[in-house]
Amino acid sequence: MIDIPPYPPLDPSNYDLIVVGTGVSESVLAAAASSSGSSVLHLDPNPFYGSHFASLSLPDLTSFLHSNSVSPPPSPSSPPLPPSNNHDFISVDLVNRSLYSSVEISSFESEILEEHSRRFNVDLAGPRVVFCADESINLMLKSGANNYVEFKSIDASFVGDSSGELRNVPDSRAAIFKDKSLTLLEKNQLMKFFKLVQSHLASSTEKDDSTTVKISEEDMESPFVDFLSKMRLPPKIKSIILYAIAMLDYDQDNTETCRHLLKTKEGIDRLALYITSMGRFSNALGALIYPIYGQGELPQAFCRRAAVKGCIYVLRMPITALLLDKETGGYKGVRLASGQEIFSQKLILDPCVTVGLESLSSLTDQQNETLSVLVPKSMINKEKIARGVCVIRGSVKANVSNALVVYPPKSLFPEQLTAIRVLQLGSGLAVCPADMHVLYLSTLCDNDDQGIKALLSAMSNLISLPVPENRQSDSVVENDTSETKPILLWRALYVQELVKGEFGGTISSMPSPDGNLNYNEIVESAVKLYEKLMGSEELFKEETSPAENTTEEENDGGVEIED
Amino acid sequence: MHGRKREEDPNPEETAAKALELRSLQSQFMSNHHQKIYTKEAIQLSAKLLITNPEFYTAWNYPKLAFESRLDEDSDPSLVNSIIDEELGVVQNALERNVKSYGAWYHRKWVLSKKGHYYPSLENELQLLNDYQKQAHQKQDDEKQDDPSRNFHAWNYRRFVVELTKTSEEDELQYTTDMISDISFTIYSAWHYRSVLVSSLVAKKADGFMPKETIRRELDYVHSAIFTLEEKQSGWFYYLWLLDQTVKMEIPLRFSSWPSDGSIIILSGPDCFNASSSTTKLTTFCSESGSFPLILYFDQAVSGVSSSTVTIGSELKDLVWEPVSDKKNSQVDSCVWVARLKFDCREPCFSRKETKVKVSLGGIVSSMGCNLTAPYEFVFTLRIHDTVEVELSQQESIVSWTDGFDNWDDNALSNDLNSLTALNADTGFEWRKKAIKIEIELFRTLPDSKIGKLILARLLMAEETMISNGVHYKEILQLYNDLMALDSWHNQYYKDEHSVALIHKVTSRTESMSRHLFRYRNMNNIICLRLNNLTLSRIAAVEKLLFVQMLDLSHNELHSAEGLEAMQLLCCLNLSHNRIRSFSALDSLRHLKQLRVLDVSHNHICGELPVDTTRYLCSSPLSNSGETGREVPNKYQDAYLVLRDLMKLKQLDIRGNDLIFAGEEFSSFVRQVVPKLVWLDGHKLTS
Repeated sequence: MIDIPPYPPLDPSNYDLIVVGTGVSESVLAAAASSSGSSVLHLDPNPFYGSHFASLSLPDLTSFLHSNSVSPPPSPSSPPLPPSNNHDFISVDLVNRSLYSSVEISSFESEILEEHSRRFNVDLAGPRVVFCADESINLMLKSGANNYVEFKSIDASFVGDSSGELRNVPDSRAAIFKDKSLTLLEKNQLMKFFKLVQSHLASSTEKDDSTTVKISEEDMESPFVDFLSKMRLPPKIKSIILYAIAMLDYDQDNTETCRHLLKTKEGIDRLALYITSMGRFSNALGALIYPIYGQGELPQAFCRRAAVKGCIYVLRMPITALLLDKETGGYKGVRLASGQEIFSQKLILDPCVTVGLESLSSLTDQQNETLSVLVPKSMINKEKIARGVCVIRGSVKANVSNALVVYPPKSLFPEQLTAIRVLQLGSGLAVCPADMHVLYLSTLCDNDDQGIKALLSAMSNLISLPVPENRQSDSVVENDTSETKPILLWRALYVQELVKGEFGGTISSMPSPDGNLNYNEIVESAVKLYEKLMGSEELFKEETSPAENTTEEENDGGVEIED
Repeated sequence: MHGRKREEDPNPEETAAKALELRSLQSQFMSNHHQKIYTKEAIQLSAKLLITNPEFYTAWNYPKLAFESRLDEDSDPSLVNSIIDEELGVVQNALERNVKSYGAWYHRKWVLSKKGHYYPSLENELQLLNDYQKQAHQKQDDEKQDDPSRNFHAWNYRRFVVELTKTSEEDELQYTTDMISDISFTIYSAWHYRSVLVSSLVAKKADGFMPKETIRRELDYVHSAIFTLEEKQSGWFYYLWLLDQTVKMEIPLRFSSWPSDGSIIILSGPDCFNASSSTTKLTTFCSESGSFPLILYFDQAVSGVSSSTVTIGSELKDLVWEPVSDKKNSQVDSCVWVARLKFDCREPCFSRKETKVKVSLGGIVSSMGCNLTAPYEFVFTLRIHDTVEVELSQQESIVSWTDGFDNWDDNALSNDLNSLTALNADTGFEWRKKAIKIEIELFRTLPDSKIGKLILARLLMAEETMISNGVHYKEILQLYNDLMALDSWHNQYYKDEHSVALIHKVTSRTESMSRHLFRYRNMNNIICLRLNNLTLSRIAAVEKLLFVQMLDLSHNELHSAEGLEAMQLLCCLNLSHNRIRSFSALDSLRHLKQLRVLDVSHNHICGELPVDTTRYLCSSPLSNSGETGREVPNKYQDAYLVLRDLMKLKQLDIRGNDLIFAGEEFSSFVRQVVPKLVWLDGHKLTS
């Protein structure tokens, strides 16, 4: 798929670990492994870092989505297998799995976009932000990767509905105080609920304190939505808590369509993450921050950390085959697209890498066993995520550049089963030219049509979609509405499969970007995998030296957040 | 400080080294200071010292001296400016060390007051202060520390700079809005500053600050703070202040009197005890001295009541108005004023059976600045009854609180049960009434909260004062009962408020009042009000009780007789079975010149304890004992101060208190102080 320039052979050709793909999980593992002294080779078939977490220019994003979408050309035009020099191994060809489907990209003002095309850093796995207190920040601080990224705050969060009005999410006492859409009683109820949660959290950290209120065990096991009802919170506030603070996807009131009914325990954990995020860094405006130059900066930061610790990087280098021991069927190494064979103890692969079913038939049981994690599973719940990217002129809310908008289930149309999240980012984050914004949208779905429909509904709620027939009628509409909605310049819609990671002893497969707003689960699963891979060894344990600690304290815990 | 635990010093050696360095700095500095050395090096040394320890007050004096000595030498404006900048820099660094250093803030003020031609920097000064205060509060406002700093010094300094720069109050009000909305809505100082600015703008009638709109706007603003975090008191303070403004702004001076407007008073001559007068419907007043009091009760303390401001349109002349308070002149502020009208059946004006007396008031100023300009008049009628001869023995019979009472069978009470009358026009009554109504509705929705209940009770009480229809008392009493259960810590306060509401409830309507009214057969059928067994801990609504001559407050929880001084007609008072702890708590009884019967039995009255500090504000008791030429035993000092003014006291019951009030010693003391006493503790004194 990519022209491979002639590469000098890699030296050495033996490693403790080979990692293929530079997504967040792969990069965390590469950094952790190199920090603990393992020799690591980190490969990526693409010419950029980040794999499915990359931030790309508009043309690069377009071509990446097209080349990784369904119905790809029959198999990579790789040369026929050169006979293996060493007859101790058998080689198994690898097949690229497509993560994306229903890719549809349209440009409405090509000239302007072409002029600025290289000034975009558009995320593949948007919308995604960092919670100040989430695991990814902890891991960055622990590993030292924080030295390579700077963040900015997301200015505001809103809840939207079909009326087009965006209401502030009252997520702190100051926000509740200032909120104009809540009644006084609602303010009182919401604050009381927050205090209950805080007091519960405090009581779980200070064991001796009997005065603090604790939520009962029984309540903790009950559905979160029932607990909120029990606290006599009105529907409006319940919806804000469930979808705009706990960031749930499925309609918790609808037991038929809800794939994941959250327990109070989990709900409290999610609120705790939000609440601790709010107060963690004094120069962050709220709970959410975003890396300047796009989310692709995060995997890159871990890669840099890994490189400092001796990890070897080769981009534009796909692997074409796995090498298995003829006798034992165990994993031995990989064959690169350059033809070179590289050996390692262990292998970690990008979720796109699979083996073709036809090649499995000729293998022994033991060999099949080794490759089991690479066999595409037919999933029972084929959950997908629909994503959308819009480049717009103007902003969805006056005077706000970086903002999160949540449409709770059923808020836009009655059949809306899942929450739709929209993240608007501006030129201040160096992701687009001035006076433009990039909008990321996502929603979970069972099939492509359902997901795309939901995203289009949210889009038309926020921005004026160009009417192709007649420009005049368009301008008339604009005159009618007192508020002019932002104008769409470019749009990408696609549906991404949600692939789970799998640990398979020597060969492990990593997960695809998940449907969450943050990196918490991705990073947690990476940490778990590392522990399995390396025994119970702790990640980055030697990184925090006392000297670093003191500078971190002065620097707000070491994370650079621009005001 | 302020109950926070001091953390253990993690590094004692370092601290010791620092202390050593500081000590050497200090001694160097002191030697410079004493020798008046103001060289550049010496000044730098003092600056260094101040930045390390801004609390060293002497060190703030030195730069002031240095500053003045340097300016004497040469006064080139640019040099002055550079010296001032230097000084301001030192202060700023010192403040970074300790934001609450008095010395530093004061020095900054001093430096700024030194320049005349230095105004351009004042703009910066305000800007600097803006940033500084925001930062300081922001730092403190994270949830962990949860108590935003109360940096009075910075706010105080701010007012100074604002005055210098002539910053408009509107701008400053916006600044408080910014602080409250963007930084934290729990900053006491910001709310307080806001109240100062708002009241000044309202007083000035500034554009957009009419009382009605301003109060509504501010109420809506502070609601959000209260409902969001109901346990944060900063908002409540502002709210209560606003409520006060709502109730009191432009409020008229109100008053009640005895005799009241339109009433008929029957006067009997001396010694009318036990006179078998058949009068039932009207107030009968008996006087031994041939005079009766005219009582004026105001709801705010007033001064200026004299024969020129309050005139009587009848033949009675030369009235002497006296405040019912410890000081006796017309300039003193008092709620109750009394004048004695003499009547003598032989005088021509009283020879008629009926006389109308017109009283007009004008030129009275209340302590709250309410000035009564338009005169107010009221009229009452006097009827004179001929003197009835009474047997002496009967006159001296004991007054019993158990028998001899007839139920009240009279509906003509309404004239005596007058509530307060407004003396001047009430301009904002409608909007204030409406504002209170809105507030009541709102706080009814906040039922579970302690502070919400308290505010609701106060609001309901405020509405009652405004429209007095008596519909809220039941709810108010329930609220205070709930509060007593919820918050035992402030039990006494709630109990007091409960008592106030209860008395208001009783006195609000004729029907409820008449259940507590009786006539005492053995004493000319005088009116007796029995408020016994009601768990009262405080007396209130005396403005409605001015006509009462006999009052039973036994079996309550009273701590003091405060408030009773207004009831100038009182001749029999029962305070037995209460919680009075000393004679000084009975001090207000001194003003009841008509008092003949006093029952204070079964209280907790002690001789010397508890120490009552208010007594030191009065003239020394020793000088009093000198006056009368009597030695008063120390343990009876307080008793003496009260009893000596009760010249008409015939019956005293003090059983069931401290043992020092039982026995021969006390008995002989009392007989000396109160010569007219006949009955002591139920026993007739033998002369």
